[in-house]
Amino acid sequence: MKVTVDAALCNGHGECVVEAPEIFDLPDDAETAVILHPDSPDSLRPKATRAAALCPVAAISIKD
Amino acid sequence: MAGIVIVGAGLAALRGAETLRNLGYDGDLTIVGDERHHPYNRPPLSKQLLAGTQDERACRLDTDRARATWLLGRTATGLHPARRTIELDDATELHYTKLLIATGVRPRLLPDQPRMSNVHVLRTLDDALALRAAALNSHRTVIIGAGFLGCETAATLRTLGTTVSLVDVADHPMPALGPEVGARALAWHAEAGVDLRLSTGVSEILGQDRVTAVRLTDGDVLPTDLIVVAIGAVPNSEWLRASGLTTWHGAVLCDDRCLAVGHDDIAVAGDIAAWPHQNGDIVHVEHWSNAAETAIVAATNLLTPDDPIHHHPVLSFWSDQYDRKLRAVGVLDGADTVEVTEEDRNRLVVEFRRDGALTGAVTVNAQDRYLRHRRALRDAQHSTPAAV
Repeated sequence: MKVTVDAALCNGHGECVVEAPEIFDLPDDAETAVILHPDSPDSLRPKATRAAALCPVAAISIKD
Repeated sequence: MAGIVIVGAGLAALRGAETLRNLGYDGDLTIVGDERHHPYNRPPLSKQLLAGTQDERACRLDTDRARATWLLGRTATGLHPARRTIELDDATELHYTKLLIATGVRPRLLPDQPRMSNVHVLRTLDDALALRAAALNSHRTVIIGAGFLGCETAATLRTLGTTVSLVDVADHPMPALGPEVGARALAWHAEAGVDLRLSTGVSEILGQDRVTAVRLTDGDVLPTDLIVVAIGAVPNSEWLRASGLTTWHGAVLCDDRCLAVGHDDIAVAGDIAAWPHQNGDIVHVEHWSNAAETAIVAATNLLTPDDPIHHHPVLSFWSDQYDRKLRAVGVLDGADTVEVTEEDRNRLVVEFRRDGALTGAVTVNAQDRYLRHRRALRDAQHSTPAAV
């Protein structure tokens, strides 16, 4: 499962980090969220889906 | 066949629809909205869209995953739970198998809000486009209401070059955040040149076809080209008056499964929902994240009401004003100790405690602290299962 964050849209809200810290991180001095692993296990799909739904700027995409 | 029907076409409706599809619902799905637009994101309306740094396409939300039939520009006028039908304003009747109510709220108006041109509200995309057009042709603006919307609008309109007076009966902006944050908000608006008129109300709007001035209850008269009324919101629940559904101050009361009381085939999500906190108090908020979260819970439980997930959120919201990113999490009411734990010219952290335990926090330009407090409050709640 490939999860991506559109850095142009990301505003550093950090909802994704709250929902799925296994996938997303927002380092203390960073403006945008980062993906921790380019390929995430499918077991994390529910969390990734939830993070995408809760991103205030709809910056998260999930592809198989 | 309407199948599952969602009344409302905003964020909650869209996230609800997507959740239904994610969980394998493959039947008909009809979404009814009274605006002519497909779902769009509301936070940019008072900021980027109003400022002109983004256009309306940037506000649009992707609707592909909903796979719905959209009935836009149609208003629901009635609900008959026993027959499982809703009525629309064009006399159409829709039969639903299950229903999601997500009709949200609309701006509260002044008691005698005049029908003059250049008296605006700001809720919808059309409101924002109209306000921007008016602001570009105005030198002076009076914003009535210094809550989150009034404050964001003031900040944005200052960047457009209009002089701004910000009026509120409270003695500081954003009263919900308390006096510690309020005092700092007062300062940052004053620093930006906003003419703050606090501890005063509006006694009269002056003008004939167009507004010309606002008379305040303290006696001052503010000449103006434009007024924005930002004094709160009213739930869009009139269409449910004869339905038998329980309401709470106009909001639709659901249980912690986001299902309407007494109706497992009717769910409620977004700004129109009110639900019981674990401590028994009824909660009603108009936060973006709550719209998305209630929608996920509501849609999930419409499909499996007997195996429900529960809505026990750690509430959070944000407000961006000038270069200040304000984030708030948890419960601020009922705190017995409020402490400013960090403050410099740019950064602010205010912690709210009750009986020694953190109940909430407000941060400005301190995202790291905000996320830390948010996680801490979430972890502290883990004894009760949160929504998955």
